[in-house]
Amino acid sequence: MQLEIRHLLGLEGVSREDITLILDTAESFKKVLERPIPKVPTLRGKTVANLFFEPSTRTRFSFELAEKRVSADTVNFSASTSSVLKGETLKDTARNIEAMKIDFVVMRHSAPGAPHFLARCLNSVIINAGDGAHEHPTQALLDMMTMREQFTSLEGLKVIVVGDIEHSRVARSNIYGLVTMGAHVGVCGPATMIPRQMEDLGVTVYPAIEDALAEADVLNILRIQLERQKQALFPSLREYRNLFGITLERLDRTGRDIMIMHPGPINRGVELDSNVADGDYSVILDQVTNGVAVRMAVLYLLGGERQKLEGDDHAA
Amino acid sequence: MPLKMSDQSVILKNARIFDPQVKLDKVTDIQIRDGKIMDIGPAGAFKGKSIDCTGKIIVPGLMDMHVHLREPGHEHKETIRTGCNAAAAGGFTEICCMPNTSPPIDCRSDVEFIKERSAGHLVDVHPIPAVTVGMAGEKLTEMGDMVEAGAVGFSDDGRPVATAGLLRRAIEYAGMFGKPIIDHCEDPSLAQDGVMHEGRVSTALGMPGIPGIAEDIAVMRDILVAEYTGGTVHIAHVSSAGAVRLIREAKARGVRVTAETCPHYLVLTDEIIRQFDTFTKMNPPLRSETDQQALIGGLKDGTIDAIATDHAPHAYEDKECEFKEAAFGIVGLETALGIMWTHFIDKGILNLENLVRLMSVRPREILNLATNKIEKGAVANLTVIDPEAAWVVDSAAFESKSRNTPFQGWNLKGRAFGVMNRGRMIFPV
Repeated sequence: MQLEIRHLLGLEGVSREDITLILDTAESFKKVLERPIPKVPTLRGKTVANLFFEPSTRTRFSFELAEKRVSADTVNFSASTSSVLKGETLKDTARNIEAMKIDFVVMRHSAPGAPHFLARCLNSVIINAGDGAHEHPTQALLDMMTMREQFTSLEGLKVIVVGDIEHSRVARSNIYGLVTMGAHVGVCGPATMIPRQMEDLGVTVYPAIEDALAEADVLNILRIQLERQKQALFPSLREYRNLFGITLERLDRTGRDIMIMHPGPINRGVELDSNVADGDYSVILDQVTNGVAVRMAVLYLLGGERQKLEGDDHAA
Repeated sequence: MPLKMSDQSVILKNARIFDPQVKLDKVTDIQIRDGKIMDIGPAGAFKGKSIDCTGKIIVPGLMDMHVHLREPGHEHKETIRTGCNAAAAGGFTEICCMPNTSPPIDCRSDVEFIKERSAGHLVDVHPIPAVTVGMAGEKLTEMGDMVEAGAVGFSDDGRPVATAGLLRRAIEYAGMFGKPIIDHCEDPSLAQDGVMHEGRVSTALGMPGIPGIAEDIAVMRDILVAEYTGGTVHIAHVSSAGAVRLIREAKARGVRVTAETCPHYLVLTDEIIRQFDTFTKMNPPLRSETDQQALIGGLKDGTIDAIATDHAPHAYEDKECEFKEAAFGIVGLETALGIMWTHFIDKGILNLENLVRLMSVRPREILNLATNKIEKGAVANLTVIDPEAAWVVDSAAFESKSRNTPFQGWNLKGRAFGVMNRGRMIFPV
């Protein structure tokens, strides 16, 4: 089995077959992670450059671990500011690193489309680790993997993303991936954070959290960023919690079982209460574990060494 | 290679000569001597050096009232000379240049600099200096002095005239010289850090948007100020359906407002930005199909007076980057006529008279300049169009110093065969 895509730039336009292949492969790799020596030689001799133009702990750590678990060599580049502000263009930075002979670029960047631009100027395989508010495909893949573990199929599943949809790459990738997989996707959040013509992406907009809770199988709760207050997108964290915070009382009132997801880091007591985040329906730490497996699968499938699959004992 | 001639006398033979201003539309010969039209027809009446213009159309020289020449300050993007060459190649005999150079054009010596640098070129350059000193949105510039030196209007283009109060004074003051304020209409509090039209595509791409109402609200402000003062305002590069509607309504009640739009808004929409091509980034941004249809409606019913290019040359590195970081603007001088001909004239959406009004007659009227008519004794300021020329846009062959066109590789029909102005001409051999 081979992927149709050559890079993982986003989930928009990625086929159901490709997503399924990635998720299936990730399940195999998850078993590898449970072994005493959680490592396979699949990408031995391959080099991955992690270019992080925005601060990131979790995603970067997860990618680095995944790279090590598939035996790739890794180099890291991080810049807290845009390459433009540093004086060197993104293209120059990337081409210089590529000239040192690398095979993959994993990039986090504040500009939507930055990985697409890179894919046009480099020969390496590009994996988008988040481009502005556009896409974060591996996050959505690990979210889907986690949902699939619980519900076996994504078809018909009702997933509602709650929070600042406008500025969220997690929301967009979830929407693209889940809609392709046949799930029903909703979004819920303050009207100031729901972008224009949202319905055109194939989702339902829920203005009130109660309406969302009445229907959701899964809640994917986004981190609310304090700096959005300055842009007059919401008045206070207190009011946000009152209107959209996921509390145990709110969930109890529905009398329904709803799976709780969060891409992290959590603002406890704001968008999500601790007793929910740490409660029975929370799969937040499973998401983190699955993140490594999904990223191993993506690296492996984009690595062009597919024939090895048969010989590798991790193949299911 | 084009032939550049400055002969004393030449005959343009067997062209369709078209000028709605004098109700002229016939196929005949036209004799030019010392830069003036000696006589028009009858065919075969004139002897001497001639250029065969069979199948071509001669119209009053085209004018682009919105061009960024980049000199002084950004000569690596364009100079007055290369900009003029690009204009001539595109069929324009006159252009107006915007003041957002470095430093901005905001005093008499700056205007004189442009006039001197462009002197001797076939293309006439009319400076549009800043409304405010340094384009800083505070003090009015010495408009009277600059009009004397050749300024034809005033604009803080690239940004709007900062406040309604300032716009009021600017309109009143410029009105003394019969010159319009040309406004880049954009409410900064709504546009914020947007990089493309806000709508379905910006939502899909997670890109900060510039909503149509950022333009509409500024247009409404300008209309109200023009109405109150009785003065004249010209709305630059109209791109939104709302702006078209507001301008139409204002014109109907007699407000002295005029407007231009650009070829790119008429043939491209924000859908093309899904490729993250920085050559599709400009301000105002490419908008939705609804906006596009409204603009075309505005061209047909006269709400929009003029086609201008907003020619905005940028260097390679200004565009070879992330979409968000890329400079706003595209070049347009060398593609405008071909785009308009292929997509509007050839398809019958607009007729030749519309085109001549939009690209020659109305720009001069808006700026209160002398008319340019094809008649005996007039200055021979002419554009010769080859309506059948099929060509492919190749930015490498541009006369402009910059290559930032979204139309690279487009198949077009119709382009300038030659241009002539004040005794100078460029025609193919």
